[in-house]
Amino acid sequence: MMDCKHASKLMSRALDEKLSLRERVSLKFHLFLCKYCLHFSQQLKALRVTISSICKNIEDDINIKLPSETKTRIVKLITSDVE
Amino acid sequence: MTTSNIHDWLNEHGDYLYRFALARLRDTHLAEDVVQDTFVAAIKSNSFAQQSTPRTWLTGILKHKIIDVMRKGGREITASDLMSEEDANMDEFFDAKGHWAEKPLTWDIPDTALEQKQFFAVLQSCLDKIPNKLATLFMMRDIHDTSNEEICKELNITTTNAWVMLYRARMRIRKCLEINWIGST
Repeated sequence: MMDCKHASKLMSRALDEKLSLRERVSLKFHLFLCKYCLHFSQQLKALRVTISSICKNIEDDINIKLPSETKTRIVKLITSDVE
Repeated sequence: MTTSNIHDWLNEHGDYLYRFALARLRDTHLAEDVVQDTFVAAIKSNSFAQQSTPRTWLTGILKHKIIDVMRKGGREITASDLMSEEDANMDEFFDAKGHWAEKPLTWDIPDTALEQKQFFAVLQSCLDKIPNKLATLFMMRDIHDTSNEEICKELNITTTNAWVMLYRARMRIRKCLEINWIGST
Protein backbone atom coordinates (compact mmCIF):
# COMPACT_ATOMS: atom_id res chain seq x y z
CA MET A 1 0.00 0.00 0.00
CA MET A 2 1.26 3.40 -1.03
CA ASP A 3 2.02 5.87 1.79
CA CYS A 4 0.95 9.53 1.94
CA LYS A 5 4.44 10.75 1.09
CA HIS A 6 4.43 8.81 -2.16
CA ALA A 7 0.80 9.70 -2.89
CA SER A 8 1.45 13.44 -2.47
CA LYS A 9 4.38 13.26 -4.86
CA LEU A 10 2.23 11.57 -7.48
CA MET A 11 -0.56 14.12 -7.03
CA SER A 12 1.85 16.95 -7.65
CA ARG A 13 3.33 15.26 -10.71
CA ALA A 14 -0.19 14.60 -12.04
CA LEU A 15 -0.58 18.37 -12.42
CA ASP A 16 2.30 18.40 -14.87
CA GLU A 17 1.99 15.18 -16.82
CA LYS A 18 -0.23 12.15 -17.22
CA LEU A 19 0.56 9.39 -14.74
CA SER A 20 0.84 5.78 -15.83
CA LEU A 21 -2.25 3.59 -15.53
CA ARG A 22 -0.67 1.74 -12.63
CA GLU A 23 0.11 4.97 -10.80
CA ARG A 24 -3.40 6.30 -11.36
CA VAL A 25 -5.03 3.14 -10.05
CA SER A 26 -2.92 2.91 -6.91
CA LEU A 27 -3.40 6.63 -6.25
CA LYS A 28 -7.17 6.31 -6.61
CA PHE A 29 -7.15 3.44 -4.18
CA HIS A 30 -5.11 5.43 -1.68
CA LEU A 31 -7.41 8.46 -2.00
CA PHE A 32 -10.41 6.23 -1.39
CA LEU A 33 -8.98 5.23 1.97
CA CYS A 34 -7.14 8.37 3.08
CA LYS A 35 -9.14 11.54 3.65
CA TYR A 36 -6.06 13.66 4.35
CA CYS A 37 -4.62 12.93 0.94
CA LEU A 38 -8.04 13.60 -0.52
CA HIS A 39 -7.94 17.01 1.18
CA PHE A 40 -4.48 17.54 -0.22
CA SER A 41 -5.65 16.71 -3.72
CA GLN A 42 -8.60 19.11 -3.36
CA GLN A 43 -6.27 21.81 -2.08
CA LEU A 44 -3.95 21.48 -5.07
CA LYS A 45 -6.95 21.83 -7.37
CA ALA A 46 -8.33 24.77 -5.37
CA LEU A 47 -4.97 26.49 -5.62
CA ARG A 48 -4.92 26.11 -9.42
CA VAL A 49 -8.54 27.13 -9.91
CA THR A 50 -8.22 30.16 -7.65
CA ILE A 51 -5.02 31.40 -9.26
CA SER A 52 -6.39 31.07 -12.77
CA SER A 53 -9.66 32.72 -11.86
CA ILE A 54 -7.78 35.64 -10.26
CA CYS A 55 -5.66 36.01 -13.42
CA LYS A 56 -8.79 35.78 -15.56
CA ASN A 57 -10.53 38.48 -13.53
CA ILE A 58 -7.65 40.86 -14.13
CA GLU A 59 -7.46 39.95 -17.84
CA ASP A 60 -11.19 40.60 -18.26
CA ASP A 61 -11.30 43.84 -16.27
CA ILE A 62 -11.85 46.36 -19.05
CA ASN A 63 -11.35 49.20 -16.59
CA ILE A 64 -7.64 48.40 -16.52
CA LYS A 65 -6.00 50.12 -19.47
CA LEU A 66 -2.50 50.57 -20.75
CA PRO A 67 -1.62 54.14 -19.63
CA SER A 68 -1.80 56.61 -22.52
CA GLU A 69 1.75 57.87 -21.84
CA THR A 70 2.99 54.33 -22.40
CA LYS A 71 1.02 54.09 -25.64
CA THR A 72 2.58 57.33 -26.84
CA ARG A 73 6.02 56.07 -25.88
CA ILE A 74 5.49 52.81 -27.77
CA VAL A 75 4.29 54.67 -30.88
CA LYS A 76 7.41 56.86 -30.77
CA LEU A 77 9.67 53.84 -30.34
CA ILE A 78 8.23 51.80 -33.18
CA THR A 79 8.11 54.80 -35.52
CA SER A 80 11.76 55.69 -34.88
CA ASP A 81 12.73 52.05 -35.33
CA VAL A 82 11.36 52.03 -38.84
CA GLU A 83 12.97 55.26 -39.96
CA MET B 1 4.97 44.25 -40.11
CA THR B 2 3.98 47.69 -41.21
CA THR B 3 3.86 50.57 -38.78
CA SER B 4 0.18 51.20 -39.44
CA ASN B 5 -0.65 47.59 -38.57
CA ILE B 6 1.15 47.97 -35.32
CA HIS B 7 -0.70 51.19 -34.55
CA ASP B 8 -4.02 49.47 -35.04
CA TRP B 9 -2.89 46.54 -32.95
CA LEU B 10 -1.72 48.80 -30.17
CA ASN B 11 -5.18 50.37 -30.05
CA GLU B 12 -7.02 47.10 -30.34
CA HIS B 13 -4.91 44.80 -28.18
CA GLY B 14 -2.68 47.06 -26.07
CA ASP B 15 -5.04 47.12 -23.09
CA TYR B 16 -5.59 43.38 -23.19
CA LEU B 17 -1.86 42.64 -23.37
CA TYR B 18 -1.28 45.00 -20.46
CA ARG B 19 -3.89 43.21 -18.35
CA PHE B 20 -2.44 39.84 -19.32
CA ALA B 21 1.01 40.96 -18.15
CA LEU B 22 -0.33 42.65 -15.03
CA ALA B 23 -2.20 39.49 -13.98
CA ARG B 24 1.10 37.61 -14.01
CA LEU B 25 3.71 40.14 -12.97
CA ARG B 26 1.50 42.11 -10.56
CA ASP B 27 3.59 45.22 -11.08
CA THR B 28 2.34 48.07 -13.29
CA HIS B 29 5.79 49.28 -14.37
CA LEU B 30 7.03 45.84 -15.31
CA ALA B 31 3.76 45.16 -17.14
CA GLU B 32 4.11 48.40 -19.15
CA ASP B 33 7.70 47.50 -20.02
CA VAL B 34 6.90 44.03 -21.32
CA VAL B 35 4.05 45.34 -23.46
CA GLN B 36 6.43 47.91 -24.92
CA ASP B 37 9.06 45.22 -25.59
CA THR B 38 6.39 43.09 -27.24
CA PHE B 39 5.46 45.78 -29.76
CA VAL B 40 9.09 46.61 -30.47
CA ALA B 41 9.74 42.90 -31.11
CA ALA B 42 6.60 42.65 -33.23
CA ILE B 43 7.62 45.45 -35.57
CA LYS B 44 11.02 43.86 -36.11
CA SER B 45 9.60 40.42 -36.72
CA ASN B 46 8.21 38.94 -39.89
CA SER B 47 6.90 35.81 -38.28
CA PHE B 48 3.23 36.80 -38.17
CA ALA B 49 1.30 34.17 -40.07
CA GLN B 50 -2.10 35.12 -41.41
CA GLN B 51 -3.68 31.97 -40.01
CA SER B 52 -3.04 33.18 -36.48
CA THR B 53 -4.91 36.15 -35.01
CA PRO B 54 -2.86 39.23 -34.12
CA ARG B 55 -3.90 38.87 -30.49
CA THR B 56 -2.70 35.27 -30.26
CA TRP B 57 0.54 36.14 -32.00
CA LEU B 58 1.23 39.16 -29.79
CA THR B 59 0.32 37.21 -26.64
CA GLY B 60 2.86 34.57 -27.66
CA ILE B 61 5.60 37.20 -27.85
CA LEU B 62 4.42 38.72 -24.58
CA LYS B 63 4.66 35.37 -22.75
CA HIS B 64 8.33 35.14 -23.64
CA LYS B 65 8.94 38.69 -22.47
CA ILE B 66 7.28 37.87 -19.13
CA ILE B 67 9.49 34.81 -18.69
CA ASP B 68 12.54 36.98 -19.44
CA VAL B 69 11.51 39.38 -16.67
CA MET B 70 11.07 36.52 -14.21
CA ARG B 71 14.51 35.20 -15.05
CA LYS B 72 16.22 38.58 -14.90
CA GLY B 73 14.82 39.53 -11.50
CA GLY B 74 17.73 37.81 -9.79
CA ARG B 75 15.67 34.67 -9.81
CA GLU B 76 17.75 32.56 -12.15
CA ILE B 77 18.18 28.93 -11.32
CA THR B 78 21.83 27.98 -11.12
CA ALA B 79 23.25 24.48 -11.36
CA SER B 80 23.76 24.30 -7.60
CA ASP B 81 20.05 24.94 -7.03
CA LEU B 82 18.99 21.89 -8.94
CA MET B 83 17.50 19.08 -6.96
CA SER B 84 17.54 15.44 -7.84
CA GLU B 85 14.88 13.02 -6.72
CA GLU B 86 17.02 11.92 -3.76
CA ASP B 87 17.64 15.49 -2.62
CA ALA B 88 13.99 16.15 -2.11
CA ASN B 89 14.00 15.55 1.59
CA MET B 90 10.39 15.82 2.64
CA ASP B 91 10.85 14.81 6.28
CA GLU B 92 9.43 18.10 7.50
CA PHE B 93 6.04 17.10 6.07
CA PHE B 94 5.84 13.40 6.93
CA ASP B 95 6.57 11.09 9.84
CA ALA B 96 8.84 8.04 9.63
CA LYS B 97 5.96 5.90 8.35
CA GLY B 98 5.21 8.28 5.49
CA HIS B 99 2.04 9.71 7.10
CA TRP B 100 1.27 13.43 7.17
CA ALA B 101 3.00 15.17 10.07
CA GLU B 102 0.31 17.86 9.93
CA LYS B 103 -2.89 16.59 8.41
CA PRO B 104 -4.32 18.61 5.51
CA LEU B 105 -7.64 20.32 6.28
CA THR B 106 -10.53 21.13 3.97
CA TRP B 107 -10.46 24.52 2.23
CA ASP B 108 -13.21 26.76 1.00
CA ILE B 109 -12.50 28.01 -2.48
CA PRO B 110 -12.40 31.81 -2.32
CA ASP B 111 -15.08 32.99 -4.75
CA THR B 112 -15.86 36.61 -3.97
CA ALA B 113 -13.55 39.34 -5.24
CA LEU B 114 -12.63 40.26 -1.68
CA GLU B 115 -11.83 36.69 -0.68
CA GLN B 116 -9.74 36.25 -3.82
CA LYS B 117 -7.83 39.41 -3.04
CA GLN B 118 -7.13 38.23 0.50
CA PHE B 119 -6.15 34.80 -0.77
CA PHE B 120 -3.74 36.26 -3.30
CA ALA B 121 -2.14 38.48 -0.66
CA VAL B 122 -1.52 35.44 1.56
CA LEU B 123 -0.22 33.47 -1.43
CA GLN B 124 2.16 36.32 -2.23
CA SER B 125 3.52 36.34 1.31
CA CYS B 126 3.93 32.56 1.17
CA LEU B 127 5.87 32.87 -2.09
CA ASP B 128 8.15 35.42 -0.41
CA LYS B 129 8.98 32.88 2.29
CA ILE B 130 10.22 30.09 0.05
CA PRO B 131 13.55 30.11 -1.85
CA ASN B 132 13.43 32.28 -4.99
CA LYS B 133 14.15 29.41 -7.31
CA LEU B 134 11.14 27.49 -6.07
CA ALA B 135 8.91 30.56 -6.16
CA THR B 136 9.97 31.28 -9.75
CA LEU B 137 9.21 27.77 -10.88
CA PHE B 138 5.84 27.79 -9.11
CA MET B 139 4.95 31.14 -10.65
CA MET B 140 5.95 30.06 -14.12
CA ARG B 141 4.04 26.81 -13.93
CA ASP B 142 1.01 27.55 -11.78
CA ILE B 143 0.49 31.29 -12.22
CA HIS B 144 1.86 31.84 -15.69
CA ASP B 145 0.68 28.42 -16.88
CA THR B 146 3.86 27.82 -18.86
CA SER B 147 4.13 24.30 -20.22
CA ASN B 148 6.60 21.96 -18.59
CA GLU B 149 8.63 21.57 -21.78
CA GLU B 150 8.92 25.32 -22.10
CA ILE B 151 10.02 25.72 -18.48
CA CYS B 152 12.69 23.04 -18.85
CA LYS B 153 13.94 24.63 -22.06
CA GLU B 154 13.92 28.18 -20.69
CA LEU B 155 15.58 27.29 -17.39
CA ASN B 156 17.74 24.54 -18.81
CA ILE B 157 16.63 21.90 -16.32
CA THR B 158 15.42 18.33 -16.74
CA THR B 159 11.79 17.27 -16.29
CA THR B 160 12.77 15.36 -13.14
CA ASN B 161 14.36 18.52 -11.70
CA ALA B 162 11.19 20.41 -12.50
CA TRP B 163 8.86 17.85 -10.83
CA VAL B 164 10.93 17.64 -7.69
CA MET B 165 11.17 21.40 -7.35
CA LEU B 166 7.50 21.97 -8.13
CA TYR B 167 6.54 19.29 -5.62
CA ARG B 168 8.63 20.95 -2.96
CA ALA B 169 7.27 24.39 -3.82
CA ARG B 170 3.65 23.22 -3.73
CA MET B 171 4.14 21.42 -0.41
CA ARG B 172 5.62 24.52 1.21
CA ILE B 173 3.02 26.87 -0.23
CA ARG B 174 0.18 24.56 0.76
CA LYS B 175 1.41 24.39 4.33
CA CYS B 176 1.92 28.14 4.49
CA LEU B 177 -1.57 28.81 3.12
CA GLU B 178 -3.12 26.40 5.56
CA ILE B 179 -1.52 28.20 8.48
CA ASN B 180 -2.11 31.74 7.28
CA TRP B 181 -5.30 31.72 5.28
CA ILE B 182 -8.56 32.00 7.16
CA GLY B 183 -10.52 29.88 4.68
CA SER B 184 -9.23 26.58 6.02
CA THR B 185 -11.31 24.66 8.55
